Amino acid sequence: MTEEIIIAGFGGQGVLSMGKILAYSGVMQDLEVSWMPSYGPEMRGGTANVTVILSDDKISSPVLHEYDTAIILNQQSMDKFESHVKPGGILIYDGNGITHHPTRKDITIYRIDATEEAARMRSAKTFNMIVLGGYLKVNPVVKMENVIKGLKKSLPERHHHLIPMNEKAINRGMEIINKVE
Amino acid sequence: MRELKLMKGNEAIAEAAIRCGTDGYFGYPITPQSEVMETLMAEQPWKTTGMVVLQAESEIASINMVYGGAGCGKKVMTSSSSPGISLMQEGLTYIAGAELPCVVVNVVRGGPGLGTIQPAQSDYFQAVKGGGHGDYKLITLAPASVQEMADFVELAFDLAFKYRNPAMILSDGVIGQMMEKVELKPQKPRMTEEEIIEKYGDWATTGKTRNRNRNIITSVELSSENMENFNHKLQAKYKKMQEEEVRYESINCDDAEYLLVAYGSSARICQKTVELARAQGIKVGLLRPITLFPFPEKPIHELAKQTKGILSVEMSAGQMVEDVKLSVNGITPVEHYGRFGGIIPSPAEVLEALKSNFLEG
Repeated sequence: MTEEIIIAGFGGQGVLSMGKILAYSGVMQDLEVSWMPSYGPEMRGGTANVTVILSDDKISSPVLHEYDTAIILNQQSMDKFESHVKPGGILIYDGNGITHHPTRKDITIYRIDATEEAARMRSAKTFNMIVLGGYLKVNPVVKMENVIKGLKKSLPERHHHLIPMNEKAINRGMEIINKVE
Repeated sequence: MRELKLMKGNEAIAEAAIRCGTDGYFGYPITPQSEVMETLMAEQPWKTTGMVVLQAESEIASINMVYGGAGCGKKVMTSSSSPGISLMQEGLTYIAGAELPCVVVNVVRGGPGLGTIQPAQSDYFQAVKGGGHGDYKLITLAPASVQEMADFVELAFDLAFKYRNPAMILSDGVIGQMMEKVELKPQKPRMTEEEIIEKYGDWATTGKTRNRNRNIITSVELSSENMENFNHKLQAKYKKMQEEEVRYESINCDDAEYLLVAYGSSARICQKTVELARAQGIKVGLLRPITLFPFPEKPIHELAKQTKGILSVEMSAGQMVEDVKLSVNGITPVEHYGRFGGIIPSPAEVLEALKSNFLEG
């Protein structure tokens, strides 16, 4: 099994930390992992993306051109990455702020309105965990128990009291993701 | 029980530095390697091993602090990225001229000038051909994974002390910023003053005792005859490195009809290119130099005999390709493919370059 994922959105949406939690979850599941950010001078508001690879085998290139799954969280990233999903792959996107919806017919498209849901849960910070939940629902590459272990590893101890809230957000994401027909 | 951690290449450098018993790190922040000092500051090794971690006022100060520490027989290092490494060149040639061991990490970014903060490999010439003035060489190691970022710190120190010569870890923004699993080695103690005197007392300025001659750390020698002799001594040292310290990895080379030569992050990308090519029935192999100086000339020359074409892949306008051509010495065609200015080539793009150079027309 090799799963090549790109997560792309605005800086501040938790794109990099979502990728980190996914990578840590992979470590907990004894997988090979790589996490490669596009780092830039931009912080909040700029574009941010991260390539995460989970595999049973040794990982060759951490930098890719095509992905099994693209998780897209703003319009710029949609414009950039829709065409880079492998045929038969998965595209997951948050509808918030998207004016040009994905049009490809050779991939499976899911929509998750995580921005809206995070607002409803009155916790903007859980946004990325809602998205992660949606992804794990449609592609359970890592077991939930390993995700929780991954969360513990990637969060500093002073934030461990937030783990139940994150778990709740992941579960909520699993409920609200929908396939776009 | 193996201790597996997920960390960035830059963090691995810092952790490995502490664990291999480094005495001092002197540096100045610059993207994309700032996590090296950030991690050291967070770990506070001065409280545990006694390692000094100091943010100097500039890169020039950093390398001269390294010069001083190395002169005392201490295990000292610095790290920076391209523009900062340029500032260190004077210090490096003095350290090489004074025959002192130290480790310098360059997490390369795109240039020239202040350039970009994105990854590149355009400092190859600077690293392996000297960089500063005079006939000297740096032992140059090119890690291609976060694990190697960790492992090469101790290796670089070992080689630096073995040859009393500065060693450089030539990395780039990809390997520095990416996270992978790493197994860290157990903590080694730092050497005591007594151990340093015993091991390096014949050259290091450890404090003159009555029963030994003065040790002088200098790179100046105004007698031309003496200076030529000293240069012969340096060249003999570099020749010995070329004979004994060449390191490389060959991947799928046994039956290869075409060969990719790439180091560091480009080698990772090319590994995927090999997979893609083989899936299409094209017999491609990869030779990854691990030491850039000494360069794996002989293995490349040997592989050139069985291959129809060699593509040197670098994130530069074409630097290592010159050493590949010298190694091949005309027996098979050698071409270069590179992206630069902070652009990372994709594995598919490298395959296209291989095809357009050797398989089409």
